[in-house]
Formats: sequence, C-alpha cells, structure tokens
Amino acid sequence: MTFQGWLEIALVLSAVLAAAWPLGNYMARVFAGDQTLLSPVLAPVERAIYAAAGIRRDREQTWVGYTLAMLALNAAGFLLLYAMMRVQGGLPLNPQGFSGLTPDLAYNTAVSFVSNTNWQSYGGETTMSHLTQMTGLAVQNFLSAATGIALAIAVTRAFARSGAREIGNFWVDVTRATLYVLLPLSILLAIAFVATGMPQTLAPNFEAATLEGAKQTIAVGPVASQEAIKQLGTNGGGFFNANAAHPFENPSAWSNVLSIWSMLLISTAMTFTFGRMVGDRRQGFALLAVMWLLLIAGTAIVYASEMAGNPLLAAAGVDPSQGNMEGKEIRFGQALTALYVAATTGLSCGAVNAMHDSLTPLGGLVPLFMIQLGEILPGGVGSGLYGMIVMAVLAVFVAGLMVGRTPEYLGKKIEAREMKFAVLAILILPLFILGFTAVAATLPAALSSLANAGPHGLTEILYAYSSAAGNNGSAFAGLNANTPWFNTTLGLAMMFGRFAYVVPVMAMAGAIAAKTKAGASSGTFPTHGSLFIGLLVGVILILGGLQYFPALALGPVVEHVLMLAGKTL
Amino acid sequence: MSKSEAIAILDQTILRRAAIDAVKKLAPQKLVRNPVMFVTGVVAALVTLIYVRDAITGQEGLAFTGQIAAWLWFTVLFANFAEAVAEGRGKAQADALRRTRSDTMAKLMLHADDSRDDPWEPREAYDLKEGDVVLVEAGDTIPADGEVIEGIASINESAITGESAPVIRESGGDRSAVTGGTVVLSDWIKVRVTAAPGSSFLDRMIALVEGAERQKTPNELALSTLLSGMTLILLITVVTLWGIAGYSGTVLSVTVLVALLVTLIPTTIGGLLSAIGIAGMDRLIRFNVVATSGRAVEAAGDVDTLLLDKTGTITFGNRLATAFVPVPGRSERDVAEAAHLASLADETPEGRSIVALARGSYGVGTEIHAPTAVIPFSAQTRLSGIDIDGRSLRKGAVDAVLAGVGLATDRTPAVFREAVLAISKTGGTPLAVADGKDLVGVIHLKDVVKPDVKARFAALRQMSIKTVMVTGDNPVTAAAIASEAGVDDYIAEATPQDKLAYIKSEQAKGRLIAMCGDGTNDAPALAQADVGVAMQTGTQAAREAGNMVDLDSDPTKLIEITEIGKQLLMTRGSLTTFSIANDVAKYFAIIPALFVATYPELDALNIMGLASPESAILSAVIFNALIIIALIPLALKGVSYRPSGASALLRRNLLIYGLGGLVVPFIGIKLVDLAVSALGLA
Repeated sequence: MTFQGWLEIALVLSAVLAAAWPLGNYMARVFAGDQTLLSPVLAPVERAIYAAAGIRRDREQTWVGYTLAMLALNAAGFLLLYAMMRVQGGLPLNPQGFSGLTPDLAYNTAVSFVSNTNWQSYGGETTMSHLTQMTGLAVQNFLSAATGIALAIAVTRAFARSGAREIGNFWVDVTRATLYVLLPLSILLAIAFVATGMPQTLAPNFEAATLEGAKQTIAVGPVASQEAIKQLGTNGGGFFNANAAHPFENPSAWSNVLSIWSMLLISTAMTFTFGRMVGDRRQGFALLAVMWLLLIAGTAIVYASEMAGNPLLAAAGVDPSQGNMEGKEIRFGQALTALYVAATTGLSCGAVNAMHDSLTPLGGLVPLFMIQLGEILPGGVGSGLYGMIVMAVLAVFVAGLMVGRTPEYLGKKIEAREMKFAVLAILILPLFILGFTAVAATLPAALSSLANAGPHGLTEILYAYSSAAGNNGSAFAGLNANTPWFNTTLGLAMMFGRFAYVVPVMAMAGAIAAKTKAGASSGTFPTHGSLFIGLLVGVILILGGLQYFPALALGPVVEHVLMLAGKTL
Repeated sequence: MSKSEAIAILDQTILRRAAIDAVKKLAPQKLVRNPVMFVTGVVAALVTLIYVRDAITGQEGLAFTGQIAAWLWFTVLFANFAEAVAEGRGKAQADALRRTRSDTMAKLMLHADDSRDDPWEPREAYDLKEGDVVLVEAGDTIPADGEVIEGIASINESAITGESAPVIRESGGDRSAVTGGTVVLSDWIKVRVTAAPGSSFLDRMIALVEGAERQKTPNELALSTLLSGMTLILLITVVTLWGIAGYSGTVLSVTVLVALLVTLIPTTIGGLLSAIGIAGMDRLIRFNVVATSGRAVEAAGDVDTLLLDKTGTITFGNRLATAFVPVPGRSERDVAEAAHLASLADETPEGRSIVALARGSYGVGTEIHAPTAVIPFSAQTRLSGIDIDGRSLRKGAVDAVLAGVGLATDRTPAVFREAVLAISKTGGTPLAVADGKDLVGVIHLKDVVKPDVKARFAALRQMSIKTVMVTGDNPVTAAAIASEAGVDDYIAEATPQDKLAYIKSEQAKGRLIAMCGDGTNDAPALAQADVGVAMQTGTQAAREAGNMVDLDSDPTKLIEITEIGKQLLMTRGSLTTFSIANDVAKYFAIIPALFVATYPELDALNIMGLASPESAILSAVIFNALIIIALIPLALKGVSYRPSGASALLRRNLLIYGLGGLVVPFIGIKLVDLAVSALGLA
C-alpha cells in the first residue's frame, strides 16, 4: 500500500461526502413535498404525471397499501421486461439483429433488473438490442432504484412519525425519486461520462482492422447514459460483458473516479436524509459511520492483500512491487481498484472494474463477505438504509436491554412484533445463499458449470448465490451461470432476496409507525456516538460471521492458507 | 430486604427438589415452550438414537457419540434445573402461604344488617360467596377478602406481609379492606366478602409466587423471538454445511453437526431466560411487593416518571413547628412559653410538635399551675388556648387569632406581617400567638422533608426518572417543598382528576408512569398508570386497580421496584450478549476440528491449540453445558445495578458481558480440553 494510493481513496471518499450532504438535505425536502431548487421546472411535470395516472398526492397509504403498490409496480415491470426480451428480435432499434432470449435467461434477467441486482448471465453487447437496453433494462434501472429509495423513505417516516397509520404514498415517492433525484443526476453524470470518452450513440457496431490485419468488431451504443443510472442507482448491470473494466465503459482513471463517486453518492446521502427526517442528524451520522468504517476496512484488506500478492508468483519471478495485477486494469491502479471492489459489494451495485475471480483469496473474501453482511455497507440506494435500520433494531434490542429498559430505537419501543419481522427479514439471506450453495455444491449439473476445482470453485458458487440473494449482481466469474439450473435458482434468490426481505421490513415499519414516539432522556439507550457505532459494527460482524464462517472457511479461508503454504495459485 | 431472606439463593432442599423437577421438565409438551431448548432436546434424542444404532451395528467412535449425547442431555437438564431452582423458591413460599389458608371456619351472618349479637351459622371459608357478610371476632382468622362494613379491629397481617405489628381496620374510609388469612387480635368487625374463594388475594399471591399462572412477558416474548430466529439461522448454517462440506469430499457425521448446532444456538440465554423472569418476580416478592403481572415488573424498569404523594412519602405526615418569631418587644422565649401553654390542649400532631419544640429547644418548664379554662383545638375555631394565672393565651390560624384579639391585619406590627408572609412563601404555615389583646409572635409550622429523600431523588435523576410531587397544597407551598425535596416537578392543589389527567398527558408523550396510592379515589389513576402500586393498607378498590401491591405500604418502595425492573431487563440483555459473543470461540474450536482431515492447513485456525478434533468438539459441547450451571446464580440474583446514565451502564455491561463473552470461552474451552485429554475421554 502506498501513501498516494490512500490519498486517492481519501480524495474520492471526501468528494462523495461533499456531494452527499447537500443531496441528502435536498432529498429530505423532496420527500417532504417541500419546494426545492428544481420545483419550478419539475413540479408541473410531477402534477401532470399524477393527473395522467390518477394519483391523489395527499392520500397516504398504510404499510400494506404501500407494499402492495410497490409489488404491483415491480410485477408489472417484470412482465413487461420479460416480454420485451423474449420478442426483441421483432422489435426496432436492433442494428445487430439479436434474437429473443430463452425463457430461463429472460426470466433471470428480468428478475435481475427488477430486483436492482443486475446479475448478468449474458454478455450485453452480444445479446441485447439497443431498444432492450434503453427502454427495458435502463427503465428498470431507474424504477428499481426509485423503489429502493421510496421504501427507505417509508421506513424512515415510520420512525419519524408518532402513532401514525400511514407511511406515505408509494406512487408519489417513486415518482419523486425518479423525477427529482435520479433523472437530473443521471443526465449530468452521462454528460460527464461522455467527456471522459465513453461512447453515446445509436449506431451499430463497426469493424476495425488490427495491426496484424485481422478484423475486430468494436461494440458501441448508448453507453454513457446507461452507465450513469447503472452507477447512481447501484444497479451495476454493464453495457458490456466486461462491465466497468471495458475500455468504453470505464475509459480512464477519471471515469473510474467518477464511477466510484457516483455509485456511493445516493446511498451515502440517504443517511443524511434519514437523520434530517427523524429530526436528529446524529442518528444519520452514526449509521453512515458504521457503513463507512466497514467499507474502509474492507478496502484496506483488499488493498493490502492484493499488494501482498501471491508468494508463488513472486517466487516465479513476477515483479512483486505491483502486487497481484491479474485481472486488473493498469489505468485504475491497485488503490482505486480496491476501493471499487469494496464499494461495489458494500453497495449492492455489482459493477466491476476488475475480475473478482482473480483477486487473492483474502481480497476475494472481502467482497463476498460484504455482500453476505446484507448489502448495507452502505448498501444499495434505499435498500442499504433500510437494511442497516434492521441491523440497528437488532443491535438496539440485544444490547439495549443492558441499560435496563425496554429497547428503543429513535424513541420507538422494540417489542415482540418488531422483533418477529426483523428476524424474518434476516432469515432470507442465509436461507437462499447457503441453501442454494449447499445444493449446487453437491449437484453434478451445477458443478459442471465450474471453471475451477478445489476451494476456489466453491467460492465461485457461494459468490454467485450471495451476489444474487444480496441483490449485488457482480459475478466472481469462472462460473458459467447461463444454464437452466443457475438461471432459475439465481433468479429465485434475487427475487426472494429483494421482495421477501422487503415485506417483513415494511411490516416492521408499519408496527413502528403506529407507536408513540417517546422523547429521549439520559436513561435512553444512546443510538449515536462511538459506543453505538462500535456496538453496531460488532453486531453486524458477529451476526454475519456466525452465518457464513463455516462456508467461508471452506472457500477463501482455506484457499488463503493453501496459498500461504505455497500450494495453490 | 426483609423477612423471607431466610430462603437462601441455593437452599439445599430447593436444590434437591429442583434436580427432580429438571428431569420431569424433559416432557416434550413442557420443553416446547422454550424453542432453543426444544431444539437441543430433539437433537439430543437424535444423537442418542445414532448412539444406539452404532452400538448395535458395532461402529467405531462409540465413546465419542455417547459422550456428546450425554452432554447434550445435560445441557437441557441444566436449563430445566435453572428454571426449577427459580420456581423452587417461589414454591417454598407458596407452601408457607397455603398453610395459613387452610380450614378456616367462617361465622356467616344471616342478614347483612344483623347486629353482632344476632345468631350466625358456621360455614366453611371455601363455601363463602361474594356478598356474604361474616362476623370476625378477636382470635378469628378472616375467612376471605372483604370490606369492613361495621366495627373496628386490630389485625395481625403477618401471614401476608411478614410484619407482626398489628394494623387497624375499620369501616368507611381508606382502611376498610381486609385480607383472608389474616387474624383479628382485638375487637370485632363485620366483613362483606368481596372475592369468591379461589380468587382471593391470598390465592392469587400463592399462584403468583408459585409461577403457576406465569405467562411470558412482552420483553421475554420479543427476546424469545430473537433467540428462535437465531436458532433457525444457525440451523440453516449447520444443515447447509453438510452439502458445502460435501463439495470438498468431507463427510460430516450427524453427531458433529449436532454438536456444532447446539454450541452455536443461544443455549445459555435460552436455558436461563425463564429462570431470570421467575427470579425477578421472586425478588419483588422478597421485597414484600406482589406484582399481579410480569408485564408490570418489566414496565417498572421502563418508568420515566414517578408520581409521588407528598404526604407520607416526601414529607412526614404532619406539619411540625420549627421556629418561633417574636414581635418587637418580645423575645423568642416569650413566644415559646406562650405557645407552649396555648398548645397544651391541642392534641393534634401540630400542637404536640409546638410543645415539643418549646420544651426541647427553649427549655420551657413543665410544671403548670391549674388553668382556669382550657380551649381545646377544633377545626371550627382553628385555635386552641388556655386561661391561666390571669392570662388568656391563644394560638392558631392567623386570621382566627387576629379576629379573637380584634386586630385588623394592617394594624399588626410590620415584623409580624413580614414573618407571616415569609413563612407562607416558603411553604410553611404561620400560626399567630396572642396574650390577651397583644400579639406575641408567630409559630413557623412546616412540612418536614424526610431526611433521606433528597438523595433518593438524586439517584432517580441519575436513572433518568423524573419525580413529580402530588399535593393538595397551594402552589406556593408546593413549590417550596418541591425545591427542598429536590423533585423535578409538582402538581399543586391536585384532585384525583388532575392526577389522572397528568398521567394521560405524559403517556401521550410516550412516557411510562408509576405511582402509588391507597385511597378509593386513587383507583382510576392507579389503573391508568403503567405501574400502579397499591398499599396493602389501602382500600379494596385501590388494590384491585393497581398492578402491584406493596405489603409494607411504603410509598418510597417505588424506587426499589424500578430498580428490580431494570435489573431484570439488564440481566436478560447481559446474558444474551454473553451467549452470542461466546459463539466466536466455539467456531474457532469446532471448524478446524471438522475440516482438518480434508485441509490440514486449517489447523491454523485452531488458535486454542486443542488436543484433537474429537476433544475440541467435545470440549466445546461440555463448556456450553457447564456455562449454564455456572451462570444460574447470576440469573437468579440479577446483574448488579447501580443508578447511572444509560451510556455508563452500557459501557460497563458491554465490557463485562460482551468482551467477557468473547474471551471467557476461549479460556474455558481450553481448560475443558486439557481435562478431557488428561482423562483420555477423547
């Protein structure tokens, strides 16, 4: 690790903070329905949308209504996207003449984009028409991100309100998230991406003659605009198969910095929005501190273990000063690759600018474990915040009893009902990650997809299901996932990882909203400050560790000790 | 703490009985109430079956499987034992109470308005109905809970309260409730039965201390949910490990997977959870407070605001003379002498306190000439006095005395007026003293705050509990006493409706309120409060309305009740944290043991240096069982509690039970491993 490397990391993170603070406050105003900078332009559009859709802005919903509306929108989105991909061969804007997708791949991809996972069992430039990319996948990029933001805002309202039945109107929240937050930011970011050299065109691919005289197909398309929402909405679904390692999807060090900045932006800002909406900014700071502490720790481990490299390679005469460069892009460097790896998995983004498969065992363990911790570090847009709130509720419950009171979070008592829903929510991830991994690890049909044997192969399977259930979408690679088995099971993992998690969280929010909010006193368990931050970090690590330690021990951990013993590359 | 301290924490007979009960509690329908232990029981049975199968088919590693099975059963038995010990202490008390209840014969009056001399017929106490009227005479045991409708008697209530000093019960007023099982010492009373047999106070108390009606309290329920959830998650982890291990060709036996499961699921807190709850109720009972629900005990820990009646709680019941203020031309001693003589015929506590102050602090003599006239104090005249040696001395309410001597207020000396005003302003009561037509001075009567309450309120403030004084005094008086006693707030000129309104408004802000009361007019407020402590000396209505009854009738006990509630929650939280933190060490014991055969390099994780894989697994299981036994005393006594802010408490408990929970099992498992390998068990 170098000082310059850490300086780069620090600068990028500072830039995120500097932009997230005003954005967080802006979002708090947007979701309160207050006048904002963009209101003069967007308010008429917003009103027109409500008028056209017959939405009564002032009619709020209970948690049940809110959740049903959310599920309805996502079900409709899924069906539309599925249909479009199946029949894309007959639709316009298909210069390469790609045919429709197989049912299992279309199902997998539709679930993937609706659930904000963006797992890609396909290569974008060889599968999807421009129409599918722009009006199918990109639309879901917006809607799945807006859904996440809306849900987080609803959960936040539950803590902010006292004795309330309603927690907002889903249609209004999702419209505002798209119109006031995602669209303006995407437009600005797309222009910035074009400036860094990303293509933005509807033209077909073209052919180039290489120096050797061979012909090479150069894929292009509306990359910059896709890339903007892919990063901002922590979607992560790349235009190209190589994702953000592709020279058109991430052309330079600057576009790399901009990519990291933009994927961290909204999830970071949400914590400020949260603090502002619950009326105590310190509460937001505490959650952010937990998220970033673990994010930075993850970055440090990846950075350190990638710089340390593999002793076998050093022994074979590879220059050890650059560390392990396999699968990495020289234009990004070790430091910002490490930050990218940690951020894209700490977030539920899943864009990748390096091959996670080629990371050292510990360097690969970090992204895997960060996904398994529940995509809360800082997590996907919105989903990171409500996921972290669930963890905070659990931490408050376990340790809060130790101050001799019924545990409270933000003035709301945590009792059996809330506990039941919080527990239901955290059951989902281990059930789908470990359950499917265990089956796949013993199923010959699944094992035939593996490129590597030994513990690394197990890590590949574990990573795939973690990525799907955690709605991350990054691939460890080395696993041919485009088979009926993986398309189906990964699709199920994505669907349940998103929606089976959200429903109990919303039920918890409904119960919380109905409670009277009690004022804080010195006898109240303090949920800001270093003690709580430390506690929450501990609870997240222990709870996550308890679930995944055995599986991790058999994958990356054993691989690491084997590598140290000089037994594996 | 008092009376029943005699039942020691680990009494021999209780332990013996608990050991037997622990086995009885293995019955599945009892075990299922505790999900963590139920799972442990099921897998223990499973491993036992495997042991039997292996024994029949002559498999290898029989000793290992057998030992694991045995220790799994011990884990369940130890948890049952903890619960049985906690219940045992209650049962011992219930037996004592039951003895007082048995075979009382009642004297049933044939008509409610019969007089004492009318005939009555004998009736078994069990056969009494609500509304029956019984006669209870000196030496009789009161057959049922009821209300005195005629007569007055001194009663020994030691059967209920443990206090042998007799109490007075009389018809009308706030001391009319009597309890079945108590004994009339003198005189007689007519009692209308208010509780049907089986639902009397004594019956309920027996049921409570026995834990027969015990239901899970809200927080216990929430915690069980979390523990069940964790058990499920770890079940997923362990079951899937079979498949995940299969990938690398490792075949894990059911026995070792079960061992991993049981050591990971929160058996420590799961095993002790109900014991903690029972012990919390028991601690209250030993404190002579009977809670009618466990919910109330938990709520006590959450209390934000204490409503305290001024009289009897914050101040001594009566106003006492504290100073004499002379008018110009008179000395303090003159006032003392005049006041002393004028108060001789005043039998009220105030009057007696004047006499006591004059004699004590001013050395006023006790030999008195024969008075020519004595005017005793009465509520109508509001003064008392004496005519003696040709003097006519009066003392009493300022306006009454001034009217007596024919002085208008503005004609009195300035010093007098200032003194009266100053005393009123500080919450005191001024009394004027006159000698004939001359004013002599002013007596300063004031509510004397009990000496230790200020420190107790300071302790409560540290616990972040707001104290509110309720008084019928005017706001000026109330403010003065409030500041002297150090309460945070007061309600002056309070009516019962004010109290109720105050409670409701605080509750609307999300606060929990505790109060105590004894009168019938307190009943609505007692019922509304989250913790309503009724005094045993109070009316039946008050006792019905509250969710706790203080047998000692000591209002300051609210403070201890709050502490017991907090201690109960803290004990649960601390042991939960400890239990979960323990898992880290158990992983480091078991995971390398499971896979070291496939990947010898994983021995790097065996940081405790445990002797062999079998010994590592067995040691973790043994430690897991023994820690339950080791923590029983803590579960019963509760973690120590000192009033302080939440941050300080949290830091301290996180350090002890969080960090301790991480470290202790590393040492413990290593020690067990040393013993296991030394004994050659694995």
